[in-house]
Amino acid sequence: MMRRVVRYIAGFCLSGIVMASCEAVKPYQKNRLNDGEMELSTRKVQKTETSFQNYREGASGADGGSNGGGCGCN
Amino acid sequence: MKRICLVVVGLYLQLLSAFSQTVDTTNYKPRKLTINEINLVHSYYHQEGDHSAVTGGIGTQKLSDYANNIELNLMKYNKYNRKIDLNIDMGIDYYTSASSDNIDPSTISSASSHDLHIYPTVTRTATNEQKGTKNNFQLSFSAESDYFSYGFGGGFAKQSKDRNRELTVNAKLYLDQVRIILPIELRTLTTGGFPGAPNEHDYPYKSRNTFSSSYTLSQVINKRWQLLFLLDLAYQQGYLSLPFHRIYFSDNSETIERLPSERFKIPVGIRSSYFIGDRLVLRSYYRFYHDDWGLDAHTIDNELAIKFTPFFSISPFYRYYTQTAIRYFAGYKMHASTEQYYSSDYDLAAFNSSFFGAGFRWAPPKGVLGHPNWSMVELRYGHYSKTDGFVSNVISVNLKFK
Repeated sequence: MMRRVVRYIAGFCLSGIVMASCEAVKPYQKNRLNDGEMELSTRKVQKTETSFQNYREGASGADGGSNGGGCGCN
Repeated sequence: MKRICLVVVGLYLQLLSAFSQTVDTTNYKPRKLTINEINLVHSYYHQEGDHSAVTGGIGTQKLSDYANNIELNLMKYNKYNRKIDLNIDMGIDYYTSASSDNIDPSTISSASSHDLHIYPTVTRTATNEQKGTKNNFQLSFSAESDYFSYGFGGGFAKQSKDRNRELTVNAKLYLDQVRIILPIELRTLTTGGFPGAPNEHDYPYKSRNTFSSSYTLSQVINKRWQLLFLLDLAYQQGYLSLPFHRIYFSDNSETIERLPSERFKIPVGIRSSYFIGDRLVLRSYYRFYHDDWGLDAHTIDNELAIKFTPFFSISPFYRYYTQTAIRYFAGYKMHASTEQYYSSDYDLAAFNSSFFGAGFRWAPPKGVLGHPNWSMVELRYGHYSKTDGFVSNVISVNLKFK
C-alpha cells in the first residue's frame, strides 16, 4: 500500500515537472503538432481493436472508449 | 457645396472598397448542416482459445466478427456564430461464435451460434471558437440478441487562452438490460427457454447500470511534444454476471456464474505524441487500472509512425498488457460450492498479453487514386496472444471522405 502511494506521488511530481517545463507555442509554430500522426487519441481504424480488448481483458476505460457500459463486456 | 463634396468622396470610397473585396473561402462558415467528413471502418476479427466461460473455463473460444462502422460528421454555424457538429456513428457487427453455440450443445447450430450487433450513437457538440469552449450531448443505443443498452452522456471542454492546454469533463449513464438465457440443462418451466414450454421463447431480463465520468487534460510541452492525461471513474450496479457462463464446482455440481452486484473502476492513463526529427512520430500510451474486485492491470502501447512522405506513413506498433485475477476467479472444477461469488471467465483471470502489428496511412493532397473527395485510406493488421493460449488476429481498413 505504501509503495503504491509513493508511486502515485512520484508520478504526480514527475507530471508537475513536465508541465512546469512547458513552452508557450504560438499557432504558427504548431505545424508538427497539427500533423495527423500526432493526434492524442486512438485512430478510427482501431475501433475493433479497442472493442475486442474490452471484451477479452478485465480492464477498460481511460482510452477514449467505453468503461464497461453499453455491452456485455468486462 | 461642402455636403455635396463629402457625399461624392463617400461614394468614391465605397466604390473602391467594392472592387477591393475578394471572395474569402478560408473563413467560409456554412449556416446549414453540411457534410464535413465521412469515415467508413471495416474489420475482420478472428479468435481461437480453449478456455470458454460458456463451458466452465474449458472448450473452444472460436469466434469470427465482421465489424462495419460508418461515421458521418455534419457541421454548421448558428446565428450566434457557434460551430455545431453533429456526429452520427452507426456500427453493425455480424459474428459467429462456437462457444455461444454451446449454450445449447445438443443442437448442431443453435440460435446463439451467430448474432448481429447494432450500435448507433449521435453526438451534438457546440463550440465557441472565441472563448475556446465546447459543450456536447450524446445518445447511444446497442442491441444484440441477449443485451440491450441505452446510453446518455454530456460534457464540457475548455481551452487555455494560448490554446496549448485543454480540459475536458464528460459523464455517461448506461441503462442496460441483460436477457437471462441459461445453459439448456439448467432451464426449468419458470426460467424461460425450456423446450416445449409455453414460455419457451420468453426470457426474463435483469438490469445493469453504469455511471462513468471521464476527465482529460491535454498539454503542449513544446513544438514537437504534447501529452494527454486521462482519468475515468466508473461505477456499475445490477446484474454484472453473464447467465450462460457455466460453473462446475469441485464436487461436480453445476451452476452459473455469480458475481457481486457492484463494481467500482479507476483507470488512469497518459498518452504522448512526440515528433522525432522530420520523419518519425512516437505515439505512446500507458494505463494503470484498478477495481474493487481485486483486478489490477497495466497497459503499455508504443507506435512509431515513419513518414516516408508528408502523405504516406507506415506505423509498426507493440502493446503489452498484464492483469491480476479478480478474487472470485478459479478454473474448471476449482470452485467450492460454499463460495459466495464465483467465475471461470478467463478474461478475468491473471494473464499477460502481447499485441503487435503495423498499419499504413495514405492521404495524398489531390485525393486517393485521384478522387478529390476520397481524402485518406488507412489499413492496419494486428496479432494478439495471451499467456493462456488465446490468440486472435484483426485486420481493419478506414476510408475517409471529405
